[in-house]
Amino acid sequence: MEFSIYRFNPETDTLPKMQRFTLPDDQVEPGMMLLDALLLLKEQDDSLGFRRSCQHGVCGSDGMNINGMNGLACITPLADLEAPVTLRPFPGMPVIRDLIVDMGNFWDQYRKAEPWLVNDSPEPEVERKQSPEDRDQLDGLYECILCGCCSAACPSYWWNPDKFLGPAALLQAARFIQDSRDEATDHRLAQLDDAWKLYRCHTIMNCTQVCPKGLNPSRAIGDIRRTMLKKSL
Amino acid sequence: MNLTRRKFDALIIGAGGAGLRAALQLSNGDAKVAVVSKVFPTRSHTVAAQGGVNAALANVLPDSWHWHMFDTVKGSDYLGDQDAIEYMCRAASKVVYELDHFGVPFSRLDNGNIYQRAFGGQSQNFGQDQAARTCAAADRTGHAILHSLYQQNLRARTHFFDEYFAVDLLRDEQGFVLGVLAFEILTGEPIVIEAKTTLIATGGAGQLFRTTTNALINTGDGMAMALRAGVPLEDMEFVQFHPTGIAGRGMLITEGARGEGGFLVNADGERFMERYAPRAKDLASRDVVSRSIATEVREGRGCGRNRDHVLLDLRHLGADAIRHRLPGIREASMTFLGVDPIEAPIPVFPTCHYSMGGIPTNRFGQVVAPVKDTPEDPVPGLYAAGEAACVSVHGANRLGGNSLLDILVFGRAAANHILEYLRENHYHRPLDETAVEQAMARLTRWDRKDPGDGSSEQVEPLKRELRKVMEDHCSVFRTDEVMREGVEKVRALRERLNHAVIADHSATFNTARVEAMELENLMDCAIATIRSALGREESRGAHSRIDFPDRDDQHWLKHSLYSLADDSLDYKPVRTQPNTVPSFPPKERVY
Repeated sequence: MEFSIYRFNPETDTLPKMQRFTLPDDQVEPGMMLLDALLLLKEQDDSLGFRRSCQHGVCGSDGMNINGMNGLACITPLADLEAPVTLRPFPGMPVIRDLIVDMGNFWDQYRKAEPWLVNDSPEPEVERKQSPEDRDQLDGLYECILCGCCSAACPSYWWNPDKFLGPAALLQAARFIQDSRDEATDHRLAQLDDAWKLYRCHTIMNCTQVCPKGLNPSRAIGDIRRTMLKKSL
Repeated sequence: MNLTRRKFDALIIGAGGAGLRAALQLSNGDAKVAVVSKVFPTRSHTVAAQGGVNAALANVLPDSWHWHMFDTVKGSDYLGDQDAIEYMCRAASKVVYELDHFGVPFSRLDNGNIYQRAFGGQSQNFGQDQAARTCAAADRTGHAILHSLYQQNLRARTHFFDEYFAVDLLRDEQGFVLGVLAFEILTGEPIVIEAKTTLIATGGAGQLFRTTTNALINTGDGMAMALRAGVPLEDMEFVQFHPTGIAGRGMLITEGARGEGGFLVNADGERFMERYAPRAKDLASRDVVSRSIATEVREGRGCGRNRDHVLLDLRHLGADAIRHRLPGIREASMTFLGVDPIEAPIPVFPTCHYSMGGIPTNRFGQVVAPVKDTPEDPVPGLYAAGEAACVSVHGANRLGGNSLLDILVFGRAAANHILEYLRENHYHRPLDETAVEQAMARLTRWDRKDPGDGSSEQVEPLKRELRKVMEDHCSVFRTDEVMREGVEKVRALRERLNHAVIADHSATFNTARVEAMELENLMDCAIATIRSALGREESRGAHSRIDFPDRDDQHWLKHSLYSLADDSLDYKPVRTQPNTVPSFPPKERVY
């Protein structure tokens, strides 16, 4: 099977190039994932750089651009891919080396969303109650693995990565706005209420299309807007 | 040596649940704390834990910490230290309520309390009816906990060194641990991080085996660092094989699937666990269920074309329960097998899951090692917690739901002890530069180029061979002859590793170098594991010897200690005396 992989080493290259790799047919097994193939290709050339860890789509390490779509290598079946499989680093993020990008800005935006539960009421000695219905509101929000596929697929984030928080961070904002145990909703909404952090989303919906966990950041952003609107009436 | 140097009160190596729980406690306690992790914190393997965390909240069925303690002692096959187990079970409710306050999105009961499910080895009233003790956030509890802990650390402004690889501990002549030599993976730059206290929270060594639920990063780095610093490893022969890994691949299917009512069947469609564990059936302890599955397959009752697995049937639970309580494993089963558990059973087989053994500590998280006649003398400045440590609450077999509990309770306990230590030890001790040079040598060793005479070895093939050797020679069933051969094979591989080179010598994000150093760590853990296993001539918990099929309390109710420097085994007594309640004496273990 043929691969075309983006290569760039800042110590030796001035420009990136696409390199051909071949995975011999006898190494291709049924049910193989793209990451399995990459690990074998790395044996041919140990300088091939990519991040990876859990191998089943929960740690979020191996996000990359696969035949033009962002996704996780470890849960992308090789059989579903058209050859040559073209692998590039996430678009819109600075490349460190090969398929490894600098996610510093992504983490900065995550932190700006203040993704932690705030509840300054006296602490009970047991759990704070939450009805199953209130807890259900967090489904589709809390499962995010911070792989970055969504933000790296978002044109608004490409254009204004420093000002627009991006879908991943906004999904987190929604997760805490929705949490019945959180007391900082007004503060959270006020923080987001400017021309950039939230409203740069133009509902292009690439985020929702690429999310490997099937989450819907686009809807979450819409929900934040509606909540904001209701508060202002 | 002209190196970047940073100084902190407390250094934590590893950013999984144990490391982050400790970091939060320290940051909130006003200590200057640094967390070093070779991956971004939320990539740590805690994220993959599914089923939940045990605490006797009694939200669903009656429960008490004392019953939890009994189950844990029994589950450990009486090898667990009962003082530590009592401490953990008593602390469990508190640490779980804390998690709720940190924001963990636990599933809920109708009355708004935390949802709890049944797990293996749990009982009410000291071995009677099944208990429901495992607090769950659907089947993504580890993810929920790890992310919440990271988020609270962001709030507390903990200092993170993300994507830094720890090379070796820095220890002085008097035995104090004074920090670590690490390097920044991004730039390849070495850095000395000095600290008054160092906590190892680097997780387990699940990459030792070919089929494993464990992430590629689980290479026993901290365990190997401890070995090289002269600390023996405890009970390394006890490796847990999880009964339900996805057959042929190893991905985890949570015990919660059986806790929710799923059951195992063989090729005859028989619920075979009824034969092996008449009372607990599919919710017997993990060692028991794994052995039963392996026995069914060995005796020809396996399923599939190669008769090499059994089936986990969830269909009777109904689509709603599966979608609501087990969404993650449904996703994994569909992704990796194309099997929707709503419609068809999941093919499963035991897979390496957890290291019960590790760096010996007491229940305050202090690393302890034998000094002359004292088997447990604290190593000053050094702490360990979580899977990297052996405190030992899991003994010969860990109960499901007790590992998330272990990391929380002992991450927190270690941090509290560190705060005490810092109150008495105000100043950094002078660093021993020879220790820095030794650690640097381990790093620069990989600068060596291929001499081109055919004498050099490659890292990845060696790793593959090691994992195969461990699986063939030190797996669910063990014998003297097979393990003896395994020891020689591991030694031969270690010798070959000395001749390994990497082709990539660039400084920037050199993953080849990281993987080479991970293999060195794995190799040290492998020898500790198989040597300890060969030494223990009895069957206990996860360690099943065909040639010594019975538990032998007279000779073997003791912990193994493996030292790397002289390749030797030593033993120390089990702490059978709890803190406040009577001891649970060893009894025959039936489920």
